[in-house]
Amino acid sequence: MTLLIGSLTIGLILSLLAFGILISFRVVAFEDLTVDGSLALGGATAAALIVAEWNPVVATLAGALAGATAGAVTATLHHRFDINRLLAGILVMTALYSVNLRVMGKSNVPLLSHPTVMSYADGLATTLFGHERIVQLSSWEAPGRDIAALLLMFAVAVSTGIVLFLFFRTNLGMAMLAIGDNSRMIRALGVNVGLMTTFALFIGNGLVGLAGALLAQYQGFADVQMGIGMLVWGVASVILGESLVRSKKIGLLITGAVMGSVLFRLLVAIALRWGLNPNDLKLITAVAVFVALVLPKFLSRSSKLVRRPSRA
Amino acid sequence: MLEVAGIRKTFFAGTPNEVRALQGVDLKIEPGSWVNVIGTNGSGKSTLLNAVAGAFYVDEGRIRLDGIDITRWPEHRRAKLIGRVFQDPFSGTAPTMTIAENLALASRRGQARGLSLALNGSRKGELRDRVAAMGLGLENRLDNPIGTLSGGQRQSLTLLMSALIRPSLLLLDEHTAALDPKSADQVIRLTQQFIERDRLTTLMVTHSMPQAAFLGDRVIMMDRGQVVHDISGAEKKRLRPEDLLSKFEELRRANQLDESAAEMLRTQYV
Repeated sequence: MTLLIGSLTIGLILSLLAFGILISFRVVAFEDLTVDGSLALGGATAAALIVAEWNPVVATLAGALAGATAGAVTATLHHRFDINRLLAGILVMTALYSVNLRVMGKSNVPLLSHPTVMSYADGLATTLFGHERIVQLSSWEAPGRDIAALLLMFAVAVSTGIVLFLFFRTNLGMAMLAIGDNSRMIRALGVNVGLMTTFALFIGNGLVGLAGALLAQYQGFADVQMGIGMLVWGVASVILGESLVRSKKIGLLITGAVMGSVLFRLLVAIALRWGLNPNDLKLITAVAVFVALVLPKFLSRSSKLVRRPSRA
Repeated sequence: MLEVAGIRKTFFAGTPNEVRALQGVDLKIEPGSWVNVIGTNGSGKSTLLNAVAGAFYVDEGRIRLDGIDITRWPEHRRAKLIGRVFQDPFSGTAPTMTIAENLALASRRGQARGLSLALNGSRKGELRDRVAAMGLGLENRLDNPIGTLSGGQRQSLTLLMSALIRPSLLLLDEHTAALDPKSADQVIRLTQQFIERDRLTTLMVTHSMPQAAFLGDRVIMMDRGQVVHDISGAEKKRLRPEDLLSKFEELRRANQLDESAAEMLRTQYV
């Protein structure tokens, strides 16, 4: 039960990462590789500030802002200096490795002895469940603190999703949506595509940084390696979400990103429980993304093969 | 009013692929005037349109619109003054977004886009009226993705979008060339309707001689990056497609003569 609640919580935290990927890869169709770096930057910034005894909420928001800045730098490298998108992302991601070490001063910062946003989960647990450490949920029992953390992250993920959805209904957000759909058209309608893409990557990597900051506080430490593989993880969540909702409407894509992220984390937890070697995890993730990308094309081709005789 | 003065543009300058696309074009279009541009492939007619739209900066010359010098304005900034319809019917609309959303985007062409809702009830009502006025029956499909419509329907909507806010200049780049004859007729009818109703200043590139002859009030013919014929007034009113075809034929002969003359000079002197 603890495992289940833990996976759900991490899945919800990483749905913020999936939102970020959704904005860069889908909304403005920018293959942004900054993510591995900006997630760790968010975690590192938040951790460094928490250790310096800042308010944990302010520290978390600062982590998000740091991630956002990294995204804006990648977009600027592309639009101002004409550097290939992938290369711009790789440059920033690589540079961030050193930046993160500088920010933290070492490769790993433990947070367990400091108040973090998870301390609010403790407070919430006390309000909800009194002083019982273990809570009965019908036949299951789970630590009240874990349930409170899950509720807290659920609230964060859902409210962020709603804010994003509302943003994409505004004049500004709708113009951003059009970039990935038809950038030539939206330029002819007077939108500065370079500036708008920079803004999109700012928001996207801000969400990724926020995910990093929350993840560091949830797991109790920030690590310079914590971003590795996160890009593929986010892409996997977005693709899984797309196949779940089967729509291109932004509201459903946002919902799908949350569902995909949580589901993917659960699948991984189950696989690990069944004895998957954690060292193989990134390989399996990469293969899963490959399959998810290829399978729909393969399926439509085979269904065409099936349909052909009836058409003839 | 559009004033183009001595614009020149060379692509791939200094390479074997050098193309002198515009070689000193002067053009003045009075407010409310509708000018058709014709010419062979590579004559520079689309390049002229793109130079005005801001797809690239010209090497020399000035472009003024409504008295404002826009020569150094980037494309997105010129969109404030210019409405455009492209040749490819898929270029002018965002396919996964709905008709209403596309129109909402166009209703803020060249204006600041803030955090107010793009589509509220009254806004949608206004847009529905504009779509209904086109008489294509699309007003009941405002919430369908625009990608589900036919090329002709999409081009009609692009036309509506380009004129949703009255543009100082409307640029039409062979906007019926990729459509079937029936859809092309329909789009041309709408074009006439919009231009005449709002007295739009229009620059239209076309391959169709009947369109060039019968529509608008002026025709310019381009060749090798220059304006070679400029027909307006009474002469334009009398103009028939055959007259334009014979002008093309003259041009072809002249070019051939030039080439053979050049060839003769080469063989004799080099």
